[in-house]
Amino acid sequence: MSNNVMPNVSVADMPDRSLLMDRSVPGRKAINLPAPDVPLSEMPGDGLLRESDDLQLPEVSQLDVIRYFTLLSRLNFSIDTNFYPLGSCTMKYNPKLNDQIASLGGFANIHPLQDDDSVQGALGVMFELQQWLGEATGLPGVGLAPLAGAQGEYAGLLIARAALNMRGESHRDVALIPDSAHGTNPASAAMAGLSVVTVKTDESGNVDVDDLRAKADENTCVFMLTIPSTLGLFEPNIIEINDIVHDAGGLVYADGANLNALLGLVKLGDLGVDICHSNLHKTFSTPHGGGGPGAGPVMVTEELASYLPEPVVVKNDDGSLQLGRPGNSIGKINGFHGSFSILVRAYTYMQSLGGNGLRAVSENAVINANYVQAQLRDRFDLAVDRICMHETVLSGKRQADRGVPALSIAKRLLDYGIHAPTMYFPLIVPEALMVEPTETESKETLDRFVAVMQAIDDEIDSDPDSVNHAPHTLPNTRLDEATAARRPVLRWQG
Amino acid sequence: MLATIGVDQFDELITDIPEEHRNPPLRLPDSASELEVTSRMQALAALNQDAGTQPSFLGGGAYRHFIPATVGAVLQRGEFVTSYTPYQPEAAQGVLQSGFEFQSAVAQIFDMEVANAGMYDGPTAFAEAGLMAARVSRRNRILILDTADRRLFEVAEAYTRYQQVEVEAISRERVMNGDIPDDAACIAFQSPNFLGRIEDVQALTDAAHDAGALSVMHTYPITLGMFKPPGAFGVDIATAEGQPLGVPLTFGGAYVGLFTTKQRYIRQLPGRIIGKTTDTMGRTGYTLTLQTREQHIRRERATSNICTSTQLIGLMVAVYCATMGPSGLRQVAELSYHKAHYLANAIDALPSWKVIRAEGSTFFNEFPVQCPIAPAEVNRRLAERGIIGGLDVGHVVPNGMLFCATEMNSRSEADRLIASLKDMGYGAAA
Repeated sequence: MSNNVMPNVSVADMPDRSLLMDRSVPGRKAINLPAPDVPLSEMPGDGLLRESDDLQLPEVSQLDVIRYFTLLSRLNFSIDTNFYPLGSCTMKYNPKLNDQIASLGGFANIHPLQDDDSVQGALGVMFELQQWLGEATGLPGVGLAPLAGAQGEYAGLLIARAALNMRGESHRDVALIPDSAHGTNPASAAMAGLSVVTVKTDESGNVDVDDLRAKADENTCVFMLTIPSTLGLFEPNIIEINDIVHDAGGLVYADGANLNALLGLVKLGDLGVDICHSNLHKTFSTPHGGGGPGAGPVMVTEELASYLPEPVVVKNDDGSLQLGRPGNSIGKINGFHGSFSILVRAYTYMQSLGGNGLRAVSENAVINANYVQAQLRDRFDLAVDRICMHETVLSGKRQADRGVPALSIAKRLLDYGIHAPTMYFPLIVPEALMVEPTETESKETLDRFVAVMQAIDDEIDSDPDSVNHAPHTLPNTRLDEATAARRPVLRWQG
Repeated sequence: MLATIGVDQFDELITDIPEEHRNPPLRLPDSASELEVTSRMQALAALNQDAGTQPSFLGGGAYRHFIPATVGAVLQRGEFVTSYTPYQPEAAQGVLQSGFEFQSAVAQIFDMEVANAGMYDGPTAFAEAGLMAARVSRRNRILILDTADRRLFEVAEAYTRYQQVEVEAISRERVMNGDIPDDAACIAFQSPNFLGRIEDVQALTDAAHDAGALSVMHTYPITLGMFKPPGAFGVDIATAEGQPLGVPLTFGGAYVGLFTTKQRYIRQLPGRIIGKTTDTMGRTGYTLTLQTREQHIRRERATSNICTSTQLIGLMVAVYCATMGPSGLRQVAELSYHKAHYLANAIDALPSWKVIRAEGSTFFNEFPVQCPIAPAEVNRRLAERGIIGGLDVGHVVPNGMLFCATEMNSRSEADRLIASLKDMGYGAAA
C-alpha cells in the first residue's frame, strides 16, 4: 500500500513555500491595464489620496502567480484527489457540469440590482429550486437567501420568534437542543436571543423523551433537532417528540445538515417539522471550496411562509417572475438574493438526478455507511450499535486504552491518502471518529478504507509511536496550534 | 453489500422511519443527461441581460470590474474547490496558506493590523462589526450614519434583533456636534457612502473616539487603490464587500465580506482566522487559530455562529490582489475615477439632466443624477437600446438615478449612454 500521497511533494524535498510578499521584486507586474481613453479629471486634494508607496501588495510576474497557487493547491487534500469521509460534512463528488453551468455569462455576469424583467432566467432557476426544495422536504415555503447552514438556522429561528410574537407569545425564549447537536445550533440560538436548555440523549442514541417532556413548557420557543442526528441515527420517536413540542406551544426546527440520508425516503414536513434548513453544499453537492461559499435555504410550513427572509421569487399572473418580500418577512439577512452561484449548481444537480436519482443518493449513502460500519465494528466500538443512516460514529476507546487516541488514528489516515473522519464529535461520544462515506464512493474505495483502518489498528500494537507522531508524509508534521493561538501571527510581516 | 451488512433488502435499513411516512412520492422531473441539462441551462442563462457583453452603469454595492485570467485559472484547481474547512491543517496547507495570503492582502489594502479569513458578504461583515464593537465597548447602541446604504441598516437590524443591542441612524450633523449618546458602541459609516461620496473619515473617527465609541467604516475596496485607507485614520473596524476584487457579479452571490481590525481586538473577531505557526520539525505551516471564539468550541458563547464561510471567494480575492499588485489596483481605481468623472461632466452638460453634487465632497465612481423622467422609465428605454442603466434611488433623491462607471466602461459606451439620455431629455422637455 503506497504511503506516498503527494508524489510531487515529498518531505525530503520541500518546495519553497515563502509568501508572495517575500517573492516580490519592485516593478515586476503580472498584468497590463489599458491607458485612459477619457480626458483626465482633476484629482481630489485635501490629503485624501494614498501615498504612492503606501500600498504593499506583491509585485510578481503572472508565471509567479500561477506557479505559486498551483504549488499551494498541491499541498491540499480534496474530493478530487482523496477519499474524504469527513462525518456530517457530506464530502461527495461535485459534478463538474455544475461549475461549468454556473460560469455561463448569463449567470455569472448579471448584476443583483438589474430590473427583474432583465433576469427572468435567473429568477426561473430560483423559482423552480424553491419548488423542488419544498417538494423534497415537504415544507413548501422556501427562502433561498441564507448564505450558509448557520445563516439558515438563524433565519429559521427569527421566523420562529416572529411567528410566536404574532401569536402574542414573545416571552418564549428557550431553545431546547440535544446534547449531540452541532455547535452552530446553540450559537445561532444565542444570536436569536434564546437561552439554550440541553436535552439528553438516551442509551440507544435517541432523544431522551422523558427529559424533553420535562423541559418543554410555556417558555419553549423551538426544539432544534438534527435529523438524522450527529450519531448518524434516524430519530424513531420523532412523531411523539414533535407532539410534545407542539403541545407545549413550541415549534420544531430540523437541522437538515444531514438531509443527504432522507431524500425520497421521508419528508420532514410529513413528520410535523415546522422549519428546517438544508446545506446545499452538502446534500446538493455544491463544492465546499475549502470552507465555503455554501448556501443554507430555509424551508417552512405553509403557515410560516409569510415570515421568510427577503427576497423570495414569486410568479405573477402573466407568468413573469419577480423578487418579492413576504408579508411578515424577517427582513434582509444579507446584501442581495443569496448565494446565487451555489443555487445554480444545486439546481443543475437536481435536474441531472431527477426524483429517482435523488432517492438513489440517499439509499446509497445509507448502504455505504452501513457497509463500512459492519466491517469495522469488530475492531472499533460503535457509539451506538445499531443500523445507521448516512454516517457511522466509531469510538476509539479500545485504541485509546492501548495508547493511541482518536486524534492519532485520524492523522495516520492522512498518511494513507485518506482524509480524517470528523474527530471528537459528537461531544457525547468518547474518542469519536465520525465516518461519512457518501454515496459517490465505490465499493473498492470503501474496502480500501476498511483495510487501512484495520492496518492502523494493527500498527497500534506493532508501532504505536509512529501512529502517535503521524502524519509523516505530508507537507507538514503536526502543527503547534497552542503557540499559534498564544502568539498570533495573522498576516505577512516584512 | 447488503449481505455484508446482514440484511436482505434496503428497506430493513430504514425501519426507524415511521412506516406511514416512509418512501413518499417525490414529485420531481425525471433524471436528465448532461447534454439535456446543459441545453436547458443555456436557454435559461440566455434569458438574462448579461452585463459582461453589454454596457452597464449599475453599481450600488456590487461592481463590474475587470477579472484577470489568473483568477479563473486558479479556480480550476479541484484541490481548492473540493476541499473542506481546514480542520486537519497538515492536509490543508494549500487552503490555509492561500487564506493567509488573503488576510495579508486585505490587511495591507486597508492598512489595518489584522483581517480575518472572510465573512459571508459585505453587509453581514458590517453587521458583525457593529456587534463586535458592542462586545469591545460593552455598550449597546450601534449608530449608523444615515448616508449609508439601507441594505446595511436592514442587515444590521436583522443581526441584532434579539441581542439587546439597538441599531439607530444618526446624522452627520449630530456626530460632528458631539451629540452622541453615552451608550454608543460605535459610529458606523459607509465611505464612499450610498451616493458614492467620500465621507470625512477622520472627523467621524475622531468624533466616535471623543464619545468613547469605536469607529466602524464600511468601504469599497477598489477605492483604497487611490484613497487613504481606514488604518490611516485610526478606524477601529473596517469592512467591505470583497466582490469588486476579482469576483464576478453572479446576481449578488456568492461574495466575500472583508473584515479588518486592530490587533488588540482579535479575540473579539467573528469568523475564521488563519495563523502562522511551526510543525514538530520546526518548519513553517498554517492553521486555523483563536478557535476558542468559535461555535464548534464555545457553542452559545461564541462570537458568531459562522461555520462554512467563503474561503474560495477569498482565494479569488487573493489571486486578484497578487495579479494586480500595487500598481494595478491603483490603475483600476484611477481609471474608474476618471471614467466616472467624464460621464458625470457629460451628463451635467445635457439639458434637463442634473448631477447632484454635495458641496465640498468628492465622489469616486458613482454619482446621483436627477432625471427629467422617472428612473424606471429611463432604464426601460436604455434596455431597449441594449444598455443596463443606473440604480433607481428615488427614495433618497427625487427622480434620482445613481450612475456608476469603472475601468470596464469604454468611452464609446459612455458616449452611447449620453446620446441616449440626451434623446430622452428632449422627449421630456417636449
